[in-house]
Amino acid sequence: MASDPRRSAPRPGLVLDVDRSTPPVLFHHGEGFRLEKLPADRSRIIYPAEPLPGLPDPDESIRQALLNPIDDDPLPELLTPNMKLTIAFDDISLPLPSMRKPDIRQRIIEQVLDMAAAAGVDDIHLIAALALHRRMTEDELRHALGDRVYDAFAPQGAIYNHDAEDPDGMVELGLTRHDEQVTMNARAAESDLLIYVNLNIVSMDGGWKSTATGLSGYSGIRHHHNVATMQKSKSFMDRHKSELHHSNWRQGEVIKANGPRIFQIETTINNNTFGYDGPMSVLQKREWEWTAKDRATFIGMKKGLDVMPKAAKRAVFNGWKAPYELTSVQAGDVEKVHEVTLEHCFKQHLVPVEGQTDVLTFGLPYICPYNVNSVMNPILVMCLGLGYFFNMYRGRPLVREGGVLIMSHPTPWEFHPVHHPSYIDFFEQVLADTTDPLELEAKYEKQFAEDEWYIHLYRNSYAYHGVHPFYMWYWGASALQHLGRVIIVGGDERAVHRLGFQRASTMQDALEMASDVVGPRPSITHLHNPPILMADVT
Amino acid sequence: MKLARQIGLPKLPAAFSLIRRFRALPFPYRAPSTPRGVRPLRPKARTGADYDTAWSRRTPARMARAAIIEGPMRLAVSGLAAPDRRGTDRLAATSGPVIFAANHHSHLDTPLLLTSIPEPWRHKMIVGAAADYFFGTRITATLSSLIIGAIPIERTKVGRRSADLAAELIGDGWSLLIFPEGGRSPDGWGQPFRGGAAFLASKTGVPVVPIHLEGTGRILRKGRALPSPSTTSVTFGRPITPADGENATRFAARIEREVAALADEASSDWYSARVRAHASESPTLTGPAANGWRRAWALGDRSRSGRSRKRSWPNL
Repeated sequence: MASDPRRSAPRPGLVLDVDRSTPPVLFHHGEGFRLEKLPADRSRIIYPAEPLPGLPDPDESIRQALLNPIDDDPLPELLTPNMKLTIAFDDISLPLPSMRKPDIRQRIIEQVLDMAAAAGVDDIHLIAALALHRRMTEDELRHALGDRVYDAFAPQGAIYNHDAEDPDGMVELGLTRHDEQVTMNARAAESDLLIYVNLNIVSMDGGWKSTATGLSGYSGIRHHHNVATMQKSKSFMDRHKSELHHSNWRQGEVIKANGPRIFQIETTINNNTFGYDGPMSVLQKREWEWTAKDRATFIGMKKGLDVMPKAAKRAVFNGWKAPYELTSVQAGDVEKVHEVTLEHCFKQHLVPVEGQTDVLTFGLPYICPYNVNSVMNPILVMCLGLGYFFNMYRGRPLVREGGVLIMSHPTPWEFHPVHHPSYIDFFEQVLADTTDPLELEAKYEKQFAEDEWYIHLYRNSYAYHGVHPFYMWYWGASALQHLGRVIIVGGDERAVHRLGFQRASTMQDALEMASDVVGPRPSITHLHNPPILMADVT
Repeated sequence: MKLARQIGLPKLPAAFSLIRRFRALPFPYRAPSTPRGVRPLRPKARTGADYDTAWSRRTPARMARAAIIEGPMRLAVSGLAAPDRRGTDRLAATSGPVIFAANHHSHLDTPLLLTSIPEPWRHKMIVGAAADYFFGTRITATLSSLIIGAIPIERTKVGRRSADLAAELIGDGWSLLIFPEGGRSPDGWGQPFRGGAAFLASKTGVPVVPIHLEGTGRILRKGRALPSPSTTSVTFGRPITPADGENATRFAARIEREVAALADEASSDWYSARVRAHASESPTLTGPAANGWRRAWALGDRSRSGRSRKRSWPNL
């Protein structure tokens, strides 16, 4: 294990200038892949850093973090027999893809509960902090928490999903200095101690966003999940330049003053998304380093996927569990813990890049935070591309203002009817009318957010909240404002046009279409993501 | 021979003739005879703790054993025991050889564990088996070594040979499966743990993985010849190592407490079991101090909970 140089001495990220000898580059394309040759002498490819080594003894590291928290008392000292203890944890949207068992949440929660058992705590609730996301199923909860925890608490109804629409289950904690409402899950708010177990896959997660968003409802979330906030967040992956985070931090001040005592536990994982061995490992390698075995595996995988029915392809990809390793764990005061978390996150993800580009390209994979075990619908394609991937920068966006974004994804006109019912109406009704974020926010958001049927499905089925597709659209609002054109290679023509974008059959066509906007021989940058990387643009 | 010729029997084949000639060869071409006045040396023991199991750890025997474990043994275990395996995730951060220490109710325990212990340990495993029982004859010794990878452990006399062999093999990267009770339960309750596993862990520095087995006694308890199918559970605990200054006796007692806590977890739920474990209130494996029917009666209180495999009544 230690002899593998990829594990013992991982290489940092790389910016490769494309020349004539550069092999075609990998583009994720939904549940498939494309290999594209980029023009020589004016293209560059940003490769992610190789996975940092995981902590050698994760359980011991967790124990030490709980016993030696940052700016807080050791956890055992905060636990008393008659207390009301609530443990909230990140939902199914993290990590992506789901990680192999045991999940980090399970590792942490078992140790927290073991300390609670030693203190004789009886009144414990575990809450999936899912805000307005869909509820987690029993299997998903079991995967995140492990069978031991689930079997011990679920029969008494002490493990459940946060319900932001429960009239008796939410409390108002007050207003921020900007008059933003702060609401919180009642059980969490009324607890003597709230322990939040976080899993940071990107720098956007964690901090006050965990509790201020994860345990909140529409009346609290709407203050930062809106077009104005997102357009001012440059980017929302950079906490200190993100209006989204500033708003969450203001809400955090109110929680600190009027809410429960919070013991925050944050973790980071490495980039080991596809493993060092096995069929998917080729996706984690740089193309010129593919061995004969890698090439054979890739060809076999691609040809197989090309002929597989959609459902089978989804089953294959959704079945993949990433062998992520824990790179850091810290506990204690929310803000101080989060600063340490960000350092670890950036250490894995940041790749220094000089200057912006005319055309930014990337391939979109099969998964985003909102379609785990589900379908990647066109709205989520927009959100993943213009929201997440576009915002994977610190400093300046990778693409210049007025530049072109070319993404690769089949973008099928397809929705999961159980998970995304309001998305269907949003796509059919709202986007048919307008794609302007400000206009659709003003005209339609309230109607969707307060729709009784969507609320019923959110509370009792496994549906995202009625307002959720709006947030997905707002997520890309900054990119929409910034870009001159968006082109989707290989997308469904009708779906792409409904999104307000242009479709190209091939990368060559897309580059020609881009030159209409940015001129001939534009500079091109390809973001080789996933595994995740974040460009530090100077 | 003359008689045979007289009654007309055919001539013996050439091979028989060769054997006869070989036997007729003088010493040193054949073994010497012992003079009548001396006491002959005791023949070298080839059974019990003296049985040499080295052959069973060579590649051909390992391949044969892997085929047996993954084929007929797994089939038989799933048919007879329908095991519910829990807690293998607790081994996720462990690498290298370990000592698996389990409670012992039945001959089925070893096959159940050999098909339950996850890779990478399953196929590089030796099993501590009673030298006087499994290695009593050449046939049982050979079969035990081949099928389960057994090594002889002395339980009736004090000797270093078994411990040295086990420690040497652990040093070579083999994991050890051992039943610290020293034998199957005579009445359904456990017996006090002996110090073998703890001593080996202290000597070799490898962790001990406590394991609790439930239900194998219902299938094939001590004294029964034929198995009767039932359900079982295998609960793996977190690997533990001796603390600084903890001797083998104390560590053995801790292993026993860990297995008792796993038994509690299997019969109630994890959190309640942890609360009792921290308060040193986990039910013991050895049962009440009373004799006779009261011990048997108390066994009935240890009902199994959790997800049952078969529902005998609709869940209304």
